[in-house]
Amino acid sequence: MATKRKKASPKRKSVRPENGSHMITVAVNGRKFTRAVEPRVLLVDFIRDDLRLTGTHVGCDTSHCGACTVLLDGRAVKSCTMLAVQADGREITTIEGLSEHGRLHPIQEAFKAHHGLQCGFCTPGVVLAALELLRVENAPSEDRIRTAISGNICRCTGYQGIVDSVAAAGEMMRPRKG
Amino acid sequence: MAQTTKVFGESVLRKEDDRFLTGRGNFVADMLPPGTVFAKFVRSPYAHARIGSINTAKARRLPGVLDVLTAQDLKDQVGDIITAWAIPNANLKTPAYPPLAREVVRYAGEAVAVVVAESPFIAENALDLVEVEYDSLPVVTDVETATKKGGAPIHGDAPDNVAFKWTLAGGDVDKAFKEADVVVSQRFVNQRLQPTAMEPRAAIAQFEPGTRELTLHVTSQNPFVHRLVLSIVLKYPEHLIHVIAPDVGGGFGSKIPVYPWEAIVCHLAMRLGRPVKWVEDRMENYVATTHGRDHVQYVDLAAKKDGTILGIRARVLANLGAYLSTAAPGIPTILFGFMVGGCYAIQAGRVEVTGVFTNTTPVDAYRGAGRPEALFLLERIVDILARKLKKDPADIRRKNFIPADKFPYATAMGLTYDSGNYAGTLEKALDKVGYEKLRKEQAEGRRKGKLMGIGLSTYVEICGLGPSAVVTSTGFAGGLWGASTVRLHPTGKATVYTGGHPHGQGEETTFAQIVGEELGLPVVDVDVVHGDTKLTPYGQGTYGSRTTAVEGGSIALSARKVKDKARKIAAHLLEAREEDLEFTDGKFVVKGSPKAAKTIQEIAWAAYMAGNMPKGVEPVLDATTFYDPTNFVFPFGCHICVVDVDRETGQVKIRRYVAVDDVGNQINPMIVEGQVHGGVLQGLAQAMLEQSVYDENGNLLTNSLIEYLVPTALEAPRIETDSTVTPSPHNPLGVKGVGETGTIASSQAYVNAVCDAVGVDHIDMPITPEKVWRVLQKK
Repeated sequence: MATKRKKASPKRKSVRPENGSHMITVAVNGRKFTRAVEPRVLLVDFIRDDLRLTGTHVGCDTSHCGACTVLLDGRAVKSCTMLAVQADGREITTIEGLSEHGRLHPIQEAFKAHHGLQCGFCTPGVVLAALELLRVENAPSEDRIRTAISGNICRCTGYQGIVDSVAAAGEMMRPRKG
Repeated sequence: MAQTTKVFGESVLRKEDDRFLTGRGNFVADMLPPGTVFAKFVRSPYAHARIGSINTAKARRLPGVLDVLTAQDLKDQVGDIITAWAIPNANLKTPAYPPLAREVVRYAGEAVAVVVAESPFIAENALDLVEVEYDSLPVVTDVETATKKGGAPIHGDAPDNVAFKWTLAGGDVDKAFKEADVVVSQRFVNQRLQPTAMEPRAAIAQFEPGTRELTLHVTSQNPFVHRLVLSIVLKYPEHLIHVIAPDVGGGFGSKIPVYPWEAIVCHLAMRLGRPVKWVEDRMENYVATTHGRDHVQYVDLAAKKDGTILGIRARVLANLGAYLSTAAPGIPTILFGFMVGGCYAIQAGRVEVTGVFTNTTPVDAYRGAGRPEALFLLERIVDILARKLKKDPADIRRKNFIPADKFPYATAMGLTYDSGNYAGTLEKALDKVGYEKLRKEQAEGRRKGKLMGIGLSTYVEICGLGPSAVVTSTGFAGGLWGASTVRLHPTGKATVYTGGHPHGQGEETTFAQIVGEELGLPVVDVDVVHGDTKLTPYGQGTYGSRTTAVEGGSIALSARKVKDKARKIAAHLLEAREEDLEFTDGKFVVKGSPKAAKTIQEIAWAAYMAGNMPKGVEPVLDATTFYDPTNFVFPFGCHICVVDVDRETGQVKIRRYVAVDDVGNQINPMIVEGQVHGGVLQGLAQAMLEQSVYDENGNLLTNSLIEYLVPTALEAPRIETDSTVTPSPHNPLGVKGVGETGTIASSQAYVNAVCDAVGVDHIDMPITPEKVWRVLQKK
């Protein structure tokens, strides 16, 4: 579980504005944001309400559904289970950060090609949870895929389209030999 | 440029996917209009109690709190919630369903007050400052206790807790049972479920004092139903209410009803003059959003020795919860009783349903809504009969199927099934699973103590709701026709305005395919608009697997009208007779002169410029259709589940799951398959895992995803799908419905398999390893 903490600004002190808020700096999808946040604000609410990145969803509040999954320093975390202040100095990738220059990321392409989504509500979390797996293992077995997304609940697809999408994405992301 | 116009029947990738995959969906909770304030509800911790005083003073004093309202404050402002399905001849009681509890709370989670504050945090803090005195009353949560003599009444006007008694009978049932060689009987519990759409419900109301327009963004499957009911409940003119259901993250029936809190946020927005937002969390969703199923059923089946089924009887107690939700009375009656004969030529049947009030969350539609409860009892009791007669479950089904050459078929229960070939899907599924070989393996395995089971489920269901004359005769307050406008713009791009409201079913794509096919347009040039009462024709929304059959049918008819008009314009422009024109690849061509042609885009341009129109033809190229089907549609199929049971632990593992469905013509096979996958897992979830549990005080114990076990990818089996195609003869596209078939078919496939494996008549759902283990211990 050891993750390297990259400090956005190593010398920054925890500033305490008058209302008890903390100043935090997070890099989200490659862009740095510095904001005052109340200590009780969850990371997911910070992402949605303060940064207005609403692709990260809230489906349960108890860290069981996974709709709020984001990548924190490359690791999939449920952003409803973290405080925003805990993300200070760290890098976050949300669903909005995957496509580049209007082109879908291979995992997004794969979800589309293999009908890996229906209502689309759980999708951002599922995609990011799967991406964490594919970044370390690009030819996972079906069991590995199912385990990797077992913290994300989808009520529409029966998971089959998702599993097939992740497998296909792995193939697309695999470096070509020769 | 040459273009492929054959798009009907192709697995076109979904047009809606890009926005969801890039985080650009637009769900209600994503919206935050400037000046928004936040509503939260004080909910009763008691399932049944008299309300003493409510003290809101402390909450009001909390800085940032704008308003705290109780039932008293809503008097004459927000009316009682109404039921839209007043089933006839059932002595239906409709006790008051107040928007906030008046004097008495009747289920744990009922709202007693609402707080509005500048932030959700302040609102949440203020909830704890509202002091409510409760004087607890006796609690009853299960139907059998509730209807016992001397049970505590929940509503004054239903002293026996009976909401209705509804009977449906066809054929001579008494004769059937008198003449039977064998009668099998079983009590089934079809347990209560929590729909669990991944998007919790939400609403944002805004009031524009200048125009007096009230706008509600809401998680709804049917925005026009919301508009209509809200106009009645709020006593506010319907034309000044604008309801928008943007992207909706799953519904499964739970977003059909109009809920009190939706009306209350509207009232608050008008009262405060600020946008008012309410978003439920999952715990609130579990107590305050409708539940599904919850039947206790006593079933008898009469048959001859050779396996011929003569008649069926079902006595059912259906739990409706504390109040009648929007469609509640119709679910365990109309959508249930008519289907108890399933695929079989049963000549006599009687269904008696008692609707029961209890101190529980109101029960309404949940995926399948009545039909899973019917097909489950039928397919289980048929397996029990097969076991009793020592016959192969496949043979007993073959023997009793309505033959393929007998359609349209008038059933004893009073429906006319449109088309079917039940033996066709059964044989295909048996073949696919390798039935004979599996039975052999099973027999050999048993000698070695191995427990493997094969469960068959053959089903037919009623959907595509429906002909208005029929549904309104059942007391449903709404015609169920389809509504559409197909509009070509001057450049030849098209917009489809539909009365359906897909929320995961992919009709932004399938509807574009329908229009693409009819008018020779690329799917990318067709946009589908839905969910906004100001944009689309009055529409009924999406539920009951009606959207493709009924709304899609309407769209096909609108597109054909557009094509007819385009033909007139083309003939005029080409100086040809209409009957000399052929329509291919998006253009009208004069037969025999391929160069004399007008594309649909050229015709659209001409129709808008309108300087050279044929006599009597109006400018513009669009058409609107209100399509009222002549019958329902009846998809069918056969699902087979193969399980291995661990004798030591009672653990069940699904080895194979085969689904062969016939949903008529398929517009987009990829989407059809996806609907089957999701539907099957929801039915299996009921069979394996899910169950609402109340304690003796009426507290919902399964009030979070920790306790309520929704399957993850680890519990979900791989589903092998296949299909046959028997078009519906009566709608413009020959399509049926597919949204609910999987759920209607799968629970009993699993239970039949487990019962087959362990050799027992019945195990109630959810089949936990403990239940299986206990059965095995007795053997």
